[in-house]
Amino acid sequence: MMPQPRPWPYAIEFDQVERIDCDVLVVGGGAAGCMAASGAAESGARVVVLEKAATVASGASGSGSDHWESAATNPCSKITPEELTDAMIRAHDGFNNGISHYIETREGWDRLLDIEAARGKIRDTDDDFAGAPFRDEKTKLLFAYDYDNRFNIRVWGQTFKHAQLRSAKRKGVKFVERTMATALLTEGGRHGARVIGAMAINGRTGKCVVIRAKATVLCTSRPTRIWLFIPGAPGISEFRPPQCTGDAHAMSWRIGAEFTMLEKAIKAEWSGNRSFPPYGAGNNHNSWYACTMVDAEGREVPWLDRDGSELATVDERYRPAPGQKFFLKGGGEPDIPVYEFQGPETLSVDDLMARGYKLPLYADLSKMPEAERRVIWGVMIGNEGKTKIPIMKNYTDRGFDPSKHRLQSYGDGWKSGAFLPQERQFFGLPGGLMNDWTLMTNVEGLFAAGDALFASNCYGHACATGHYAGRHAAAYASRVGDVTLHEPQVEAERSKLYAPLRQAKGVSWHELNFAITRLMQHHCGAFKTDQLLMRGLDALAAMERDDASRLTGQNPHDLIRIHETRNILTTAQIVLHSCLARKAGSKALHFTRLDSPDIDPPEWNKFVTVRDSGSGVAVGEKPLDYYGNLPDNYERHNRDYIDRRSKT
Amino acid sequence: MSEPVMAVPDPMVFTPIIIDDDLCIGCNLCVLVCQADLFLPHPEKGGAPTVFYGGECWYEGSCVDHCPVPGAITLNTQLFNRVHWEESTPS
Repeated sequence: MMPQPRPWPYAIEFDQVERIDCDVLVVGGGAAGCMAASGAAESGARVVVLEKAATVASGASGSGSDHWESAATNPCSKITPEELTDAMIRAHDGFNNGISHYIETREGWDRLLDIEAARGKIRDTDDDFAGAPFRDEKTKLLFAYDYDNRFNIRVWGQTFKHAQLRSAKRKGVKFVERTMATALLTEGGRHGARVIGAMAINGRTGKCVVIRAKATVLCTSRPTRIWLFIPGAPGISEFRPPQCTGDAHAMSWRIGAEFTMLEKAIKAEWSGNRSFPPYGAGNNHNSWYACTMVDAEGREVPWLDRDGSELATVDERYRPAPGQKFFLKGGGEPDIPVYEFQGPETLSVDDLMARGYKLPLYADLSKMPEAERRVIWGVMIGNEGKTKIPIMKNYTDRGFDPSKHRLQSYGDGWKSGAFLPQERQFFGLPGGLMNDWTLMTNVEGLFAAGDALFASNCYGHACATGHYAGRHAAAYASRVGDVTLHEPQVEAERSKLYAPLRQAKGVSWHELNFAITRLMQHHCGAFKTDQLLMRGLDALAAMERDDASRLTGQNPHDLIRIHETRNILTTAQIVLHSCLARKAGSKALHFTRLDSPDIDPPEWNKFVTVRDSGSGVAVGEKPLDYYGNLPDNYERHNRDYIDRRSKT
Repeated sequence: MSEPVMAVPDPMVFTPIIIDDDLCIGCNLCVLVCQADLFLPHPEKGGAPTVFYGGECWYEGSCVDHCPVPGAITLNTQLFNRVHWEESTPS
């Protein structure tokens, strides 16, 4: 039943301004943001986190995570950070963030230990899996995917956000919750100048918050709702929270920050009415790796190694192929596997049909060894971000028993979704902010971490880059003097916060968001041309001028949604500019042009960057290996950290 | 702003969350943790919150996970997302 309109239940503070001073401002309190705050506070900085929701359960992993990837320095790993980062880069034809993933492989294990120290659970301390092939008996760590090489760790991620928040608070970090950052403030109010703080608004009271900071770290994940949006249910089956609306992307674009790889958007995998909830239908990937699949008549689907040889046992699904040192992730990860690092996978649906298998397929945990069944259903599905309640609890309540039942698979193979080619999504290392070796952007004083960075993913990456950006932001803040806000800029931004309240009649954020996604599907779908992209930009500009200016709302909650939708519009514009700037197709970037038949011509094997110069869009480029020698540069920029860790 | 500030609900196509008013103790933990801030607290202390902006739900279930009273709040799977399972066949 629809609730009735009612008086707003919280005190209204539209006329109030709170001023906060700090050394390091962290925007977003998810996995990356909490760790950035801790990293900065450990360096002695006064730290403030702006969080749009409540930190304990906020962000893409606020409700959990089931495994931690690429912890190459854990005591059981047989792969070095250099080997693993090199594999990740080559598996994406060079279109990857060498800096951030080297940080992930080199420091991820350190961050897991930090989380454990704050009572996050990373080991099988109750010996529930004693003797299992994925367990190391000495450390009690449980591993996923490649059981020989042991660099991906199964974790009880439901405990992590609590631990991270506890740890940051203990270090003196101040959390300003239910408060959304809406604009970055710059020295002298100038475009492209040093960032010295941010504007924000409280989503319950409407109070304006003005933060003065010597350094700022952006940790607001990757945007959703660019191509896909269902009014009335934008969060259904979405992997990332629909409140991740590219707030950092939009704010930093408006002051001149540089982006790369935003031309990469893959055909959608999970969203809305096109797919089932993530990991909620029968499949054999990620959380469910490497579950036995069967056809309608109970015939087991063959698993193959990279050479096409059929695997005789379940255990072989977790081992490298003959002659292969290690594999990255089994089950067709990444989307375009590279032979050298390709893991085991089941036969494709087409091949299965040709061999007489009958649809539908099912995931059959009852046919897995008991320990594998319990670790998939209990640890993985019990801890992944969107599975503990909607899948494990709700299915169990309805009678599902993994030792007796098989779960149906739908649609496009394991993904259990069937999307149209124009329905795109940021998934599988999408673009984002460009970074240097301190994770600073091209704008002085502005850092980024986690999924705000280009080519990023996963909890371990978020935490590792978060801590790294936090401590480098703190080091930067310690070198610069006091900053002075440009009050006309503060006033101008404050006025924008409340403009929708003055619109008696206008456009709802739902309607505008829906219109943006329709526009993006038509102008920036599977196939690009300059004419289409430019038409899209014109249409977005008209929408910004004529419709976004008429967004209307009544209360602080509405204002948050309205400012989010404006950010979605801006992010859509960045995407179109990014697509326009790349003039040839790219397999690794899932980027196809109808007006240029070339795929991956050598001259386009480079990062293309875009930024708002203040007088137009500036296109730039960087070589794919712009980060140089990974260990040398890492050690040059992190001598203090290395020395400190070696002492402890 | 002289006009009273009102809360006006989103269009809600589905029913993402069901609160059992008899079981709910009005602790407001669900109101506290919800990423979408879709609940509004009851005007009186101890009363059950209202699912007000239900259309903004992410369906991850933090509200259920944090609720201290089993069964007081339920994450409701939409009919079109009901996944089928059946008895497995013998090996």
